[in-house]
Amino acid sequence: MNDLTLMSKNLWRKPVRTILLIVSITIAFLILTLMLSFNHALNNVNTLPTRMVTLSKINFTESLPIAHYDRIARTEGVAVATHMNWFGGYYQEMPRGFLPVFAIDPETYFQVYAEDLQIPAAQRDAFFNERTAMLAAAPVAERFGWRVGQRVPLRSNIFTNATTGADTWEFTLVGTIPTPAGSSQTGSVLIHYDYYNETVTFGRDRIGWVPFLTTSAQVNDRVANAIDQRFANSQDETSTQDEATFNKSFAAQLGNIGLVITLVVGAAFVAILLIVGTTMALAVRERTKEVGVMKTLGFSSDRVLRMVLGESLLLSFLGAAFGVAAGAGLLSVLAAGGGGGPQISFAPIVTLWAALIAMALGLVTGLPPALQAYRMRIVDAFARR
Amino acid sequence: MTDLIRLTDVEKSYTRGKEKIAIFDKLTMRIEQGDFVAIMGPSGSGKTTLLNLLGGTDRPDKGSIEFDGKNIEKLSEGKLTAWRSANVGFIFQFYNLMPILTAAQNVELPLLLTRLSPKQRRENVATALKIVGLEDRAKHRPRELSGGQQQRVAIARAIVSDPKLLLADEPTGDLDRTTADEILSTLQTLNRELGKTIIMVTHDAEAAKFAKRTLHLDKGRFDERELAA
Ligand SMILES: Nc1ncnc2c1ncn2[C@@H]1O[C@H](COP(=O)(O)OP(=O)(O)OP(=O)(O)O)[C@@H](O)[C@H]1O
Ligand SMILES: [Mg+2]
Repeated sequence: MNDLTLMSKNLWRKPVRTILLIVSITIAFLILTLMLSFNHALNNVNTLPTRMVTLSKINFTESLPIAHYDRIARTEGVAVATHMNWFGGYYQEMPRGFLPVFAIDPETYFQVYAEDLQIPAAQRDAFFNERTAMLAAAPVAERFGWRVGQRVPLRSNIFTNATTGADTWEFTLVGTIPTPAGSSQTGSVLIHYDYYNETVTFGRDRIGWVPFLTTSAQVNDRVANAIDQRFANSQDETSTQDEATFNKSFAAQLGNIGLVITLVVGAAFVAILLIVGTTMALAVRERTKEVGVMKTLGFSSDRVLRMVLGESLLLSFLGAAFGVAAGAGLLSVLAAGGGGGPQISFAPIVTLWAALIAMALGLVTGLPPALQAYRMRIVDAFARR
Repeated sequence: MTDLIRLTDVEKSYTRGKEKIAIFDKLTMRIEQGDFVAIMGPSGSGKTTLLNLLGGTDRPDKGSIEFDGKNIEKLSEGKLTAWRSANVGFIFQFYNLMPILTAAQNVELPLLLTRLSPKQRRENVATALKIVGLEDRAKHRPRELSGGQQQRVAIARAIVSDPKLLLADEPTGDLDRTTADEILSTLQTLNRELGKTIIMVTHDAEAAKFAKRTLHLDKGRFDERELAA
């Protein structure tokens, strides 16, 4: 037996109460884990300082004429430009089969996103040379059990295939893209713009947006101004930003959701704080006499304080550990089970945050009863009331 | 015989609201090493207060308390706490065991304050439980034990770190006659065979007969003849 044994025995004195407390702390930390991982996924895509993007000034769902692309590519300071279209793709059924499918110009795309497209030359060439070829992020292929060489029918919830009149296109999977943490290709499926453009019934010769590399980050502002001024007062005005700013403004669009989540998590933690705080205070008050006995036996006030504090820390760390584990488990189940969009994976940094918050929660809820126990005089602990 | 305890001109009062209630006024007494003293007296006469002063769980307002030739009344809080764990064993009327711990763990509790190894601690716990005749109840929780058995565990806890002085505040106040007598003979044995000095507060004249002598306390004063004897 040691002080830790005593602390945990005290903690489990009323098992139902303790389990309820742990469950509520677990839920708070589960929400925290999901929120932080979501936030982390949004904010931690690798960016290149020289990578910029031009899109419609109206908003990023508005398309641009293909002629814009040539002009942007020829702008001074632009090293290489590419273009992308949103295909509105899914596999078999929505929403489970939702996929971010992009119709792209392969050769320039591979230059602009070179660092995230390290795939075998044979697969790359197969993709370049076959108009109906398709590349998929490795986790996507794995999720749907696609093999390289397999023909995959993808559907669009926007476009109709002019050749068949249906919403289905057939592609051949010629390779997979490994997507380490932060890769810009997480979750992506890439198809040829040319093939897409020839087979859609509307929106021909329009492009979604134009990512490009500048010759140096120093010319970014100049390039952006040149491009946007070039198209000012035209039918299709543009907005050009560097990649980091673009990602941030994209995240900001989701920011309102983020605020709501933050408020929910905040409210959950305030509630937990009050519940755990009052319960701990009550638990220690119930033990007034036992604290008196401990002190009589020769346990110092410091030691009694540490033991009460240790108990509340134990409680909040147990709840935090379960909550983070549950969150990580839930995220991996979600990732394995499909559901579209960029995959949100468990961010290990969450563990650190959870530990800090658990520490704060344990101290804040444990300190008042710990101080009460610390100050308690033996004669008062035994006083008849 | 040498004196284990010497109280000199001890004063103690409590304030309740604005009222100041004097409990002891210049109390002087001595208790010899190896004595077994029963203290009797009406409720409110100061018996518990006296035990608190002797055991260092409370301090006198004035006067000195010597234990084994050393003054304890001016020790710092920390030193007094350490002194208490080394020199005094406490036995309460309502046992005051930790409900969450087994009998053996309750007895082990004071040993957490020593440097003994876990093995030595186990041995001491076994010895203490054996002395009170409860070696077969080591794994029981307090609520699985009778009142008498709980008080035995409490006695084992009080003697496990081998203190010189045992303080018992109405140790049989909650027990029937037979059980009380068993507990009292155990205390008597501890006094006679292990040489523990025992000071026991009791309301029960029968219980007091187990002690070597009885002191009567009334309104904070002892019967002078008894004290002198
Ligand atoms: N912490 C305290 N604060 C104020 N007054 C106290 C306190 N402790 C004891 N007293 C008062 O001091 C007096 C002596 O109390 P004490 O507990 O020593 O009596 P006692 O002889 O042990 O009585 P009993 O036989 O009922 O246990 C009583 O009048 C009591 O009300
Ligand atoms: Mg009393």
